[in-house]
Amino acid sequence: MNHQTNNKWWQVLALAVVIGGGVSLLASSSPDGLEKVAQEQGFIDRAARYLPGLMPDYQMPGIKSERLATALSGIIGTLGVFGMLFLFGSRIFSIPDQSESTPVMEMEEAKIDSLKS
Amino acid sequence: MHLPDEFINSGAAASLAGAAAAMVGFAVHKVRQAFMEKIPVLKMRLASFPDFGGESGMSLESRLSRYGREQVWRMAVAGALIFAAQMVNFPVADGTSGHLLGGVLAALVVGPFAALIVMAVILSMQALMFGDGGIVALGANIFNMGVVGALGGYAFFQFLLRGAKDKKKIFLRSAFVAAWVSVIGAAVAAVLEMAISGTEPLSTVLPAMTLSHIVIGAAEGAITVAVLAILMQRHFKIAAFPDESSDEQ
Repeated sequence: MNHQTNNKWWQVLALAVVIGGGVSLLASSSPDGLEKVAQEQGFIDRAARYLPGLMPDYQMPGIKSERLATALSGIIGTLGVFGMLFLFGSRIFSIPDQSESTPVMEMEEAKIDSLKS
Repeated sequence: MHLPDEFINSGAAASLAGAAAAMVGFAVHKVRQAFMEKIPVLKMRLASFPDFGGESGMSLESRLSRYGREQVWRMAVAGALIFAAQMVNFPVADGTSGHLLGGVLAALVVGPFAALIVMAVILSMQALMFGDGGIVALGANIFNMGVVGALGGYAFFQFLLRGAKDKKKIFLRSAFVAAWVSVIGAAVAAVLEMAISGTEPLSTVLPAMTLSHIVIGAAEGAITVAVLAILMQRHFKIAAFPDESSDEQ
């Protein structure tokens, strides 16, 4: 049951990878709303970047083809966000294995046993 | 929409980073509570029919709920989808582009506090790996797009649904309006921060930013509704969808 639910979300993850690695190549390169206003008002020059990041401007370094570089960085970023949130969730919230509620019952029995003695 | 460094001064950046950290910390606390469930366990020791020494009592045990296990998947996939969608800039009027922010979309799919965590992870990833949005301005960006965009947008969505007779019927309409307003809200928050920092006076930036984000927000609303409609048609669980709040079982 749970397994099936997960499988359904895999479809959306696959779609996300397709968007990040494929559809993103069609993205408009015009400045976004904030950048455009900054250009018009003449304060775009203030913009600084103290940390360029591993793949500045969604370009995988060391790849000649710009399109391939964007696609790769998009796929890595999409899977990276997925992985980070998944690790974050499963680390912090410590997911036990599929063994439903049996541990609880066992603990109860152990407690009752200790009460008896 | 992502503020680069130096658009806001260090004072504003520091205080907004503090506010964002506090809100994200609170969100982690809230989400974690929902992940674990306290289940009452009936303890019983049976005795012979005339009651000799039999006892029963209740105790509370914490364990990860089935909801929690599903929620990890939902959050991670929603984050991946929104990150990917944010890469796709669509053109709006006169050489300007916009992209999905996804705050309201995330809040409706995974719930408001989980959405704040999702947005914080996306924005951190963009700042650290792709240089999209400044590292000093990261707190401000999480505040604008996570706290204002996702939490504020969700609050506005709930306000729209309040008192409605047929909540299912107006669900998508309210989602559209809330997503639209959340983008304008995030833009106005960014403008206020820049004005407080003395980057540009409010009077020149506010009208221009509001105007362009009214257009971008309409697209945000349309994308949000389209994604929600597809997910609902395929019977994915939408946290905010009325009458299906019986998630936790």
